[in-house]
Amino acid sequence: MASIKIRAKAKDGVTTVKTLMSHPMETGLRKDSKTGEKIPANHITEVTAEHNGNVVMTANWGGAISKNPYLSFKFKGAAAGDKIKITWVDNMGKGDSAEAAIK
Amino acid sequence: MNLIRRKFLKTATYLGATASAIGAGVLVPQRVLGAYDAAAFAAKDVNSAISATMGTDQHTASDTIKLKAPDIAENGAVVPVTVSSSMSNVEAISIIVSANASPLTSSYQLSPACEAFVSTRIKMGKTGDVIAVVKADGKLYSATKEVKVTIGGCGG
Repeated sequence: MASIKIRAKAKDGVTTVKTLMSHPMETGLRKDSKTGEKIPANHITEVTAEHNGNVVMTANWGGAISKNPYLSFKFKGAAAGDKIKITWVDNMGKGDSAEAAIK
Repeated sequence: MNLIRRKFLKTATYLGATASAIGAGVLVPQRVLGAYDAAAFAAKDVNSAISATMGTDQHTASDTIKLKAPDIAENGAVVPVTVSSSMSNVEAISIIVSANASPLTSSYQLSPACEAFVSTRIKMGKTGDVIAVVKADGKLYSATKEVKVTIGGCGG
C-alpha cells in the first residue's frame, strides 16, 4: 500500500506541494504501558522531493516529527502536468516513494 | 597547450581550496545536500543542535522570518508549525524545540528553486520555545515563539 499521499498545485509559477505519509514515528523514548519496556525508535530520517528527476528539497527528520507526518513546501519553475516524486527512508532501512502529477 | 598539466593544476588548486576551507571550519564535510546527520539529532542542547546542522551556532534574530505555531498546543504530539521567510537565497531551514530531549526536530535543505517555506507537524514534550533557524547567503537567522503545551507528546 502506498504510504504517501501527494497534492501538488501550481499557481502563478509557484507550486505548493502537500504530502502526508503514514508512519508510526516512534521516538525511542516511549515505553510500552503493559510491559514497561521501551519501544524502539522507528522514524523517518530522510524525505526527498524530486521534480522531473531533479531534487528540489531534502528533509532530515528526527523522532520529533508527529506520527503520520505532514509536510508542505513550495518551489518555482514547475508547470501543471509535471511529475513530483516523494521518497522517504526510515531508520530501520525501510522506505517508500510515490509520484503524482502537478495540477 | 599542455592539457594534462592544466588539469593537474586545476585539481590541485581546487583540492587546496577545499582543504583549507574545511580546516577553517567553513565547510563541514558531512553537510552535503541530503546527508543525514545523526549527531545533530543526538545533540542535547539548542546551540549544539544548531551548530551540528547548520555549521555554526551564530544566529541573529530576524523579523523577516515568519514562524507560525499555536500559542497553546493542547496536544504536544501534534503541533503544526510553519516557517516562511521573505529572504532570498535561503539554503536551509531547521526547526528546533528547546524543551525536547533532542532539540532538533527536523532540517530541510532547499534547492534554489524552492521558496522559503516549510510546514509540518512536530512533537513537543513540554512548554518551550520553538526556534526556526533559516540559513540564507551562508548566514543564520532565527525566529522564536513560545508554545504552551498541555499534554506532552514525547514519551511518558
